[in-house]
Amino acid sequence: MSSSVDMPGAAGKTANTKAKKATALLHRVAEGGRKPVGFVLNGQPLTALAGDTVLTAVLTHGARLRFSEFSGEPRAGFCLMGACHDCWVATESGKRLRACGTFIEEGMRLVTGAEGLA
Amino acid sequence: MSVQPVIVGAGPAGVRAAQALVAHGLRPVVVDEAPRWGGQIYRQPPEGFTRPKHVLYGFEAGRADALHGAMAAILDKVDYRPDTLVWSAEGGKLDLLHNGAMSTLAYSHLIVATGATDRVLPFPGWTLPGVYTLGAAQVALKFQGCAIGSRVVFAGTGPLLYLIAYQYAKAGAKVAAVLDTASFAGKAAAVPAMLRQPALLAKGLYYLGWLRAHGVAVHQGVELAAAEGAERVQAMHWRKDGRDYRIACDAVGFGYALRSETQLADLLGCRFAYDQLQRGALPERDAAGRSSVAGVYLAGDGAGIMGADAAEWAGERAALALLADTGQHIDSMRAALLERRLSRTAEFRRGLERAFPFPVQWAAGAPDDLVVCRCEEITAGELRHCVADTGAREMNRLKALTRVGMGRCQGRTCGVAAAEILAQACNTQPDAVGRLRGQSPIKPLPFSAMAVPTAAPALKQGAA
Repeated sequence: MSSSVDMPGAAGKTANTKAKKATALLHRVAEGGRKPVGFVLNGQPLTALAGDTVLTAVLTHGARLRFSEFSGEPRAGFCLMGACHDCWVATESGKRLRACGTFIEEGMRLVTGAEGLA
Repeated sequence: MSVQPVIVGAGPAGVRAAQALVAHGLRPVVVDEAPRWGGQIYRQPPEGFTRPKHVLYGFEAGRADALHGAMAAILDKVDYRPDTLVWSAEGGKLDLLHNGAMSTLAYSHLIVATGATDRVLPFPGWTLPGVYTLGAAQVALKFQGCAIGSRVVFAGTGPLLYLIAYQYAKAGAKVAAVLDTASFAGKAAAVPAMLRQPALLAKGLYYLGWLRAHGVAVHQGVELAAAEGAERVQAMHWRKDGRDYRIACDAVGFGYALRSETQLADLLGCRFAYDQLQRGALPERDAAGRSSVAGVYLAGDGAGIMGADAAEWAGERAALALLADTGQHIDSMRAALLERRLSRTAEFRRGLERAFPFPVQWAAGAPDDLVVCRCEEITAGELRHCVADTGAREMNRLKALTRVGMGRCQGRTCGVAAAEILAQACNTQPDAVGRLRGQSPIKPLPFSAMAVPTAAPALKQGAA
């Protein structure tokens, strides 16, 4: 499972894997030996690590958490310590989580909004 | 009246305050928003992380370990409430949110140790994914084992700038450049005052020297122009001596030292005064940490930026003041020693301000289309037009008219910049435009929490 960290769970999508790697905002530089945790981002099964925040889980695969409701531009958090509230992310059921202060859990289903959708 | 002290914050100030109260036989409630104690500077990684403390905290590993150990040793003697937000306060009680449920907590005495966040002055493009505060860059590394990018620019000013660049480079991340708005000349002029804490000065010089020795470009006396990128940051633009520069990067960490988290003190009714050195209004406190409100004590960076060591001393000193005020006998020699240390730190702090001065010309150079408030995307031009059209000359008026400081961050991110823009638009200084009043709730509450009846939160004892 060691390679699963950067790999989208969907099997056989090598090109997609490469693209995901290129767009990830955060890069793991330590603590890679933790237990994998499966979650779903925009319908795609992905893998995070136990102890990841939702922010880390999402941004080690992609480059945004949501779109601004005013300009429609992508956002990916800012302070990472619960002060700015820029990092909220939606679940499939419509709940909002503060991504920097919530740990990822097995089976979480998150959405960062459709491309270009404000 | 029975004494039931509550401490808000489990960083250096809160932990040392708790320790002192426990040593005198009290059982304080310690409320903290984080899942584990240590505050931001000594933030502990989640369970299951394996890096040793010397890797996480560098030169500060000993202090981090001592602080973590001090709290671990009193966990069965305090009522520790991690993961708990204080979202409002009045008349002897705090409003809490824990696990989505609200409750109230009564106190007879309160020690406010709410800490600080990065002081932010935005540049065009600062809302792009990949642009974070310096503190965020450090949290990503310490708390999550992640770098914010693979080619990172660190920018702004303050001691954290060099520390974090050093920590990133040590962790194997590529630091594209360090862009310091403070000049080298200012740092040289500050050396005499900073010699009051030679160890801290030496560490600062060490980081700078290490970065240079390892080929990291360090540019001082610069002006940050803009972050460039479409869906995410791709380059940073900056100016020096009238010339424009561009450096490719995939992340930017920036900040201009720290700002105190004062909103709780404000809700408690503490009197504030403008502090020229820190360029903002701070709750007043005496040398022992007593606020203007009886029974409310202030300690650590939340009442003025003095750094982690001073926070430990201030936390203990405030606890001793609380004890003395409730009729307990305290070690007055110890109290005096702590006050002397704090006063020496204040001198050092003045030196730091000379070494890493606030860029007072920032507002004049801020373009009209610069987004000042990232919550509601209000621009510098909108703020200036409001001043021109309505004659607003005060922060809360500007907030009412433009919504700046009214978004989710409640002005924590944009408040400093908005005050600078307002002062510039009014052709005055920031001390003449008032301060954003704290509003309850301090942080956004989930709607679901409102529906939950008040319940006593489960007490969490022992290490999480």
